[in-house]
Amino acid sequence: MSVLVYTESEEGKFKKASLEVASYAKEVAKILQTTVTAVTFNTKDASELKNYGVDKVLNITNEKLGNFNAEAYADVLKQAAEKEGSKVVILSQSANSKYVAPLLAVHLNAGYASNVVGLPESNDPFTVKRSAFTNKAFSHTKINTDIKIIGLSNNSFGLKENQGNATAEEFGPTLSEADFSVKVINVDKAKDKVTIADADIVVSGGRGLKGPENWGMVEDLADTLGAALACSKPVSDMGWRPHSEHVGQTGKPVASNLYIAIGISGAIQHLAGVNASKVKVVINNDPEAPFFKAADYGVVGDAFEIVPKLTEKLKEFKAKNA
Amino acid sequence: MKILVCISHVPDTTSKINFTDNNTKFDTSGVQFVINPNDEFGLTRAMWFKEKQGATVDVINVGGPETEPTLRKALAIGADSAIRVNTPAIDGFQVAKQLAKVAKDGEYDLIIAGRESLDYNGGMVPGMLAALLNANFVNTCIGLEVEGEKATAIREIDGGKETLTTSFPLVIGTQKGLVEESDLRIPNMRGIMQARKKPLNVVEPIETTTPTSIEIFEKPAPRGAIKLIDADNLDELINLLHNEAKVI
Repeated sequence: MSVLVYTESEEGKFKKASLEVASYAKEVAKILQTTVTAVTFNTKDASELKNYGVDKVLNITNEKLGNFNAEAYADVLKQAAEKEGSKVVILSQSANSKYVAPLLAVHLNAGYASNVVGLPESNDPFTVKRSAFTNKAFSHTKINTDIKIIGLSNNSFGLKENQGNATAEEFGPTLSEADFSVKVINVDKAKDKVTIADADIVVSGGRGLKGPENWGMVEDLADTLGAALACSKPVSDMGWRPHSEHVGQTGKPVASNLYIAIGISGAIQHLAGVNASKVKVVINNDPEAPFFKAADYGVVGDAFEIVPKLTEKLKEFKAKNA
Repeated sequence: MKILVCISHVPDTTSKINFTDNNTKFDTSGVQFVINPNDEFGLTRAMWFKEKQGATVDVINVGGPETEPTLRKALAIGADSAIRVNTPAIDGFQVAKQLAKVAKDGEYDLIIAGRESLDYNGGMVPGMLAALLNANFVNTCIGLEVEGEKATAIREIDGGKETLTTSFPLVIGTQKGLVEESDLRIPNMRGIMQARKKPLNVVEPIETTTPTSIEIFEKPAPRGAIKLIDADNLDELINLLHNEAKVI
């Protein structure tokens, strides 16, 4: 009856979101008075999960599962949930987890609540708080099925240390050819580059920067902070920056600890997409820009002067605090 | 190739969000409804398949009569016919079940659905639909080419993209990037006139369970006032971010 949690890893390392879902799973397990079983794929060393309350780790070693494959992974998670008699299955809201969760929900006949932002508010009925209308509201959703799947919103719970054994067990589920009818033939991914989804800090540029040739200072600031780069919709529509950087209601969501918006006015659609970030800083020379009513800290002035100065001072600050 | 495009009827991106009936229902008064942006990218791609590869394109929505103007917009963009399953959309699974029945009966090869809708952000209908149909599924699809029964798709992943091969029947969860923003089809006068004559069939729903239900809505707590820092005093900003906000 353990709580099952899918802890993604990449090149043998657990993503921050995986440690977050493990932390969350432990707290849910405490409520349900049970244990936590994590599922890992081709992960030789899962001992890091000991610090986040995981009691058991089911690891699947299988070459065919080297690349993420939603159908196959859903089949594996289903069999793991059945083996453990799990009533609650927890995943993150990463691209892969969002891909696998709905398949798993149908296979397990389980109700699935996505974008969950807190621990279950009650056990019977089982209710969770979720974000809705792109962070403009919340809903309290009841899951009516015997088995429940929770998709935990990125950076909504944080990491919580709990000591567990993380006893490793090899798990060999039965897979069929049908599990592999979608095949990966190429992966194009920047290595060593922090993604918007995983970043603690996101630095974002808008139309106020006047042109793509001015992005150097944005990149310098991002580099200094170890941040991911993002941009507003008009900037990506005009081709100044790649689509993958577009954040906002119809772009990627931002749920980082810090979001720095440079030359972005703060239209409703942009704000909706970045609202889940914890602290927002705005740098804009228009004091009437709507973003100044929606941020935590703001600097009114010329970004072309402020940003390079800020980067310099941050470099000094980091050197002093190293 | 028979294509079915799933259309969600959603409040437009600038809508203010309010609730009525003791916060149990979304307040639709004064709200403009549109085709869900993620679905628009899928619909435009479907039009390309229609024009270049002779596909037929039907659109479908699960909802009450209020969604018909949105379906007409999709017809005006170029779809051949529309289907409305006459029941309110309650949760992702219930919607997927209704869609699956129509998709199965209609023997569609390719089913296109926006990966997430602007209103409830569930992000689960495309995947559930695929599982119910036993169809192949590619989520966050930003590229699709079809040759006969075979498809090559591009999926956006965290930090990059993947190229996948698969075959029909196929469900894709679409989003921005599948087509260029500037290539999105919008209804023109001719399209709007023709849309009036195209079939919009209303079908009754099948019995289904509703695994999740929204009990009550809540608006976010009002935020505190912004702290403005002088452009000459950036040290103070760094100090606040480090000591007060604790984010650097």
